[in-house]
Amino acid sequence: MKFRTRAIHVGSEPDPLTGAVVPPIHFASTFVQKGAGEWGAYDYSRSGNPTRRNFETTLADLEGASFEQGGGALAFASGMAAIHCVTMLLSAGDEIVAGSDIYGGAYRLLHKICNRSGIAVKLVDTTDPAKLEAALTDRTKLVWLESPGNPLLSITDLAACAEIAHARGALVGTDSTFATPVLTRPLELGLDIVMHSSTKYLGGHSDVLGGALVVKQKELFDRLYFVQNATGAVQGPMECFLLSRGLKTLELRVREHCRIAQEIAEFLAVHPRVTKVNYPGLPRHPGHEVARRQMDGGFGAMISFEADGDLARTKRLVASTKLFALAVSLGAVESLIEQPATMSHASYDPADRKKHGISDSLVRLSVGLEDVDDLKEDLDQALRSA
Amino acid sequence: MPADTTPSLGSSSPDRTAASRGRSTASPGPSTIAVHAGEARQKFADSITDPIICASTYTFTNTQSIIDFIEQEQPREEYGRYGNPGEKVVERKLAALEGGEMAVLYSSGMAAIVGLLMAKLNQGDEIVFFDECYHRSREFCLKHLSRFGVVTHQVRTGDYDAMEAAIGPKTRMLVSESPTNPHLSCIDLERFADIGKRRNVETLIDATLATPYNLRPLEHGIDYVLHSATKYLGGHNDLLAGVIIGSKEKLDAVMKLRGILGAINSPHNIYLLERGLKTFELRMDRHNANGLAVAEFLASHPAVEKVYYPGLSDHPYHEVARATMRGYGGLVTFLVKDADWRQTANVVDGTEIFRIAPSLGGVESLIEQPLVMSYYKQTPEDRKRFGIPDNMIRLACGIENSEDLIADLDRALEAAR
Repeated sequence: MKFRTRAIHVGSEPDPLTGAVVPPIHFASTFVQKGAGEWGAYDYSRSGNPTRRNFETTLADLEGASFEQGGGALAFASGMAAIHCVTMLLSAGDEIVAGSDIYGGAYRLLHKICNRSGIAVKLVDTTDPAKLEAALTDRTKLVWLESPGNPLLSITDLAACAEIAHARGALVGTDSTFATPVLTRPLELGLDIVMHSSTKYLGGHSDVLGGALVVKQKELFDRLYFVQNATGAVQGPMECFLLSRGLKTLELRVREHCRIAQEIAEFLAVHPRVTKVNYPGLPRHPGHEVARRQMDGGFGAMISFEADGDLARTKRLVASTKLFALAVSLGAVESLIEQPATMSHASYDPADRKKHGISDSLVRLSVGLEDVDDLKEDLDQALRSA
Repeated sequence: MPADTTPSLGSSSPDRTAASRGRSTASPGPSTIAVHAGEARQKFADSITDPIICASTYTFTNTQSIIDFIEQEQPREEYGRYGNPGEKVVERKLAALEGGEMAVLYSSGMAAIVGLLMAKLNQGDEIVFFDECYHRSREFCLKHLSRFGVVTHQVRTGDYDAMEAAIGPKTRMLVSESPTNPHLSCIDLERFADIGKRRNVETLIDATLATPYNLRPLEHGIDYVLHSATKYLGGHNDLLAGVIIGSKEKLDAVMKLRGILGAINSPHNIYLLERGLKTFELRMDRHNANGLAVAEFLASHPAVEKVYYPGLSDHPYHEVARATMRGYGGLVTFLVKDADWRQTANVVDGTEIFRIAPSLGGVESLIEQPLVMSYYKQTPEDRKRFGIPDNMIRLACGIENSEDLIADLDRALEAAR
């Protein structure tokens, strides 16, 4: 079956008891057992919940993993909880090498939490696999990638980086939030772990917080599941239900998001007030060729750009759109606009922001599903009035 | 809802011809309306989505504030049965999509039609129906409205002369579906509305199968549009809802009666409906494409006797549909060639992606045999009268990949031969 059909049917078996075409939401915290020590499929909702499992089953399938083959997906209370679970595989003395164009919250976790456990962190520009290779040491246990990157939309060659990391015996994971399994399936490219902030495109309606990990290998899945169960940052049943509902329109939404974003990036690229546009769908983007190979039929719906202006003028710009709402987050039906320096990437040290190219005049767009003409008109009036 | 937060998006008469891609930017496109219309730009706690307000009742600060509420007819909440803030958002969004002034939301499609008819009809009044209609609507009129002295006349669908002839001095409403279920007959809405206007009778179109994406009856002069919002508007087979849309003048009394009869929807359902509407255009585009692809496939299949789909050029109502509809939806009805009821059931049972269930309009594709699902207890004569042969199958195409749906049907048709 094709992607879209699987998104609707896998993990969404009608309820055997009632025939309900949409599986029920199981709010139970605990499950009744047949006898002492005779465990059923579910015992306690931290360890497993049928509604959560349905969502995990669908997502695993879309990423090319499956529970039957020992892998699977794990749903967490947020994207940060999902990344944190991965970092808890490491021990004091280990080292993480991560991309330099990553979500500000991931930066904060690595630099302000993991470091306290004696885990060293190095950021490198992973758009150049040679730089990654040069940064790896025998202590490197985890390589953490993000493609497209946030907020600069840099493109990392995932397959090339996985090969380099594996040659040094490191695990390699990627935050695939911007790509979604519609566009990129990192497990098929040889990566070990795919992570999503399911808050974004997977949920798609700005009304769920969630994170997810997907892996193929049984041994790795078992280790991650052990950490999740032992530390407890699991996702609630209502959120899992809304995520399952969101997955059913995932491909439709993402393809339409991409179509609109491409048009908006092209519009911005020729706008007199715009000095630079970061969008991998533009042929002059340095990662365009890799993106064409690595992303299936679209380049995502995140765009960042710089307008001719300073911090204050950029602040005015992001506050003067009428359809784009001024808010962090992304990946939903509503278009959003923000200034990374003061919002999504405020947790970067200012020096690191400068070093990695996150300027004060950078503006990030999450292109929603409104009519493209309405969105272009809105950006145009904001650019001209600011 | 204070007046200053009432959104301007989605005027009461969006330019339909401009609503397609490549339109001018004079009025928002259907996607923009679906995502934003009806919602306050700035919401409580600055939340991007509307909160689910479960309150059964709403507080007043003091006695004087109750007196002000009553004397000034302030637009605020009072008690859950009279309305809910989330419900008002969805009502405004649906009205904007339909190009109507006002929408009244109900707990189901049946509650909506019952709510309207109960508000509009008195003892001795008459209504005239086109006969291809949802069997429960027919049942309500014939078995229940009749107990209150309301007379129902049924005339053959599409026979406008018979409809006009059935109008008497006490006739209050003309009712039809368009497209009809399960035959997909399409009504000439201007002609239908014109009869009503000339004879001073109100008109109601159940446009559930079309949705405002494909058809906008109010623009053709119809007084009321009815939807079972359970179907395409909710879109995920996980809620029940109904809605009536029309002018404020005509619907104020209907809204008041809803507050008395109480067939309101629940706050949780309403939120799911609002969420479903955000992808309305995307889903409808896909339902339309899948419906057409499946209909064309069936039309060329040797094991199929006949296909009912208004998008096919040999459908008797194709021209009417083409003139008024953007697309033709996901419902496809067909007859299996040389099959008795059991052989037809084998086709139904042989599908793997299509699930056997009533209803339609959700992301999951559904299949049913009308004989078994809806007409099992009717006499053969009645089934013949309603045009329900034993070998009829109704498909509700979801938004799966069309090639998967076609392969599934092909397999089931071959296996049953």
